[in-house]
Amino acid sequence: MRSVIMGNHALSYGAKLSRAQVIAAYPITPQTEVVELLSQLCANGDMKAKFIKVESEHSAMAASMGASATGARAFTATSSQGLALMHEVLHWAAGARLPIVMGNINRAFGPPWSIWTEQNDSIAQRDTGWLQIYASSNQEVLDSIIQSYKVAEKISLPIMVILDAFVLSHTYEVVDIPEQSIVDKYLPPLEMEYKLDWKNPHAFGGLTKPDWYYELRYQIEEAQEQAKKLIVDTGKEFKEMFGREYGLVEEYKMDDAEIVLISSSTIASTLHVVIDELREQGKKVGLLRIRVFRPFPSEELRKILKGRKKVAVIDRNISFGHEGAFFTETKAALFNEKDHPPIFGFIAGLGGRDVTPDVLKDIFNIVETTEWPEKDIYWIGVKL
Amino acid sequence: MKLSIPEREIMSPGHLACQGCGAALAMRYVLKSLGKRVIYSVPACCWSVIDGPFPYSSIGVPLFHTAFETAAAVASGIKAGLEIQNDEETRVVAWAGDGGTFDIGLQALSGAAERNDDFIYVCYDNEAYMNTGIQRSSATPWGAWTTTTPVKHFKKERKKNIVEILAAHRIPYIATASIAYPEDLIKKVEKIKTIKGTKFLHIISPCPPGWKSPPELSVKLAKLAVQSKIFPIFEIENGIKYKINIHVKKPVSVKEYLKPQGRFKHLTDQDIEHIQQDADAYYEWLLKQEELSNE
Repeated sequence: MRSVIMGNHALSYGAKLSRAQVIAAYPITPQTEVVELLSQLCANGDMKAKFIKVESEHSAMAASMGASATGARAFTATSSQGLALMHEVLHWAAGARLPIVMGNINRAFGPPWSIWTEQNDSIAQRDTGWLQIYASSNQEVLDSIIQSYKVAEKISLPIMVILDAFVLSHTYEVVDIPEQSIVDKYLPPLEMEYKLDWKNPHAFGGLTKPDWYYELRYQIEEAQEQAKKLIVDTGKEFKEMFGREYGLVEEYKMDDAEIVLISSSTIASTLHVVIDELREQGKKVGLLRIRVFRPFPSEELRKILKGRKKVAVIDRNISFGHEGAFFTETKAALFNEKDHPPIFGFIAGLGGRDVTPDVLKDIFNIVETTEWPEKDIYWIGVKL
Repeated sequence: MKLSIPEREIMSPGHLACQGCGAALAMRYVLKSLGKRVIYSVPACCWSVIDGPFPYSSIGVPLFHTAFETAAAVASGIKAGLEIQNDEETRVVAWAGDGGTFDIGLQALSGAAERNDDFIYVCYDNEAYMNTGIQRSSATPWGAWTTTTPVKHFKKERKKNIVEILAAHRIPYIATASIAYPEDLIKKVEKIKTIKGTKFLHIISPCPPGWKSPPELSVKLAKLAVQSKIFPIFEIENGIKYKINIHVKKPVSVKEYLKPQGRFKHLTDQDIEHIQQDADAYYEWLLKQEELSNE
């Protein structure tokens, strides 16, 4: 059924269609509508789920872990300060190998207070063991939740589906809400091999000495690697059933592109328009959207960027003292390639500053007219 | 003959508790009453170690080790997870030390208590961060030495009254217990099994290394704590109905309780008098609450 819904509700419907059984969540702007709608759906019986109205995000993740460890499908959603508060438990959820799925609305950290979009909150969680999917439309938000449960439950790792504050969370778009019966075929009920079961008692997460801890960490890395193929495969399966395909990256007008602009989330959706315009002017430019940040699609990037003339990465985040995270990772992926193209790094749109087509065209102009990056990092539109 | 302490043993020997550990006895008794159909949430505390390192476990029931401040929230999640899968019978226990209850875990505990989530929260109270090497917690009593309250600056703050904090949440059942009174403890767990909602059980658990007391005196100290009115044994129903379960008719002086413990050996007679007055006053207050409850 095609509906006009906001990004936040795309998360809620994603959780509903995935038949999430336990939701533990705490409100934070701009995520509030996610939990409001889920509360209603649980209260009026449209969802057969328990909603735990916790007193903090830290407890939201802790309660999600408890539920997930019993074999129930758990969902939560948060943003910014809330995600930062969860940080400790994010490590625990991944270490405990629990297939929790969470929506995170990218919002800048205070101080100063800001409620607008920026990726620093989720980027700061990159080493927790969670998979990270950055969506660029409300349709993709909804679809990614369903796909995430399928992937998470196969590899026993949690997944974060991430969307921009307001630009997606509060923007209404046409979204095809799939039939429950088809989603049920795609996503069968959760059957966990290892869970809390009084008939088969085990301790989970007990003190592990250096003789085995290392191997347990290796297994998380193996699962992340395994996820790359799974995301592609489950994305193809998704296309067969729902007509929309999602992989690790999205390519747009890349066939003969000499200059490649790389970005994520809604900056990437705006780039579609910009690339169409530039193409009309005869520029050989294409878009590579990084959808999955963890696991990082290094191999795909190497393949896709081979032989291109120039690459530019636009980051809506900043690792202070260095550069944008997608830029760092892209460079690292290409570093051992012979004759890799020059890679330009741009910071734009922090704290919700609009990244308009004109801003993106300015970036393209810099890349087009500069033979080799003249500085480590380009800040776009700084008024100082 | 019906035994007042169930014969069954759920917990195994071979655990890693120190000699004379009150917390190990507390677990043993509680499990005897609860039986096997139970799931534990255990945050960072002595019991994260006592249960045994991977791949061993000694408690004989499923146990989810979790982060320090999350015992109650994880228990809420476990209960919800079981219920949505149509398992109403399996009981859930959050099992935490005093640090994880009085200090870092208080927010999650308060949240769960306010929601009246259906599980049993047990705080085995050894009155300091013993697992990390005896640092003061807000459960450490006035006068005690710890590694962060050295003798010259022994703890000058009173022990936080966790039971009153829980009572203010009006949860259905709160009780204190002592490993020296296993029949009272078992009776309370049996009662807890019949009550829906959040139940809080506060067990005084002597710790020989932390209290600087001989291991063979642990049970005796847990008895003296009660008999000197330092740790009264009572229960509160719905946050307002008080009942003292072990009336102290012929109290011993607090000095008798404090004396065998190295952590109090620096105290002067005046200090001990201060502790005596505090213990007497609290017990009087409890008697009044009990009286009010009976009116």
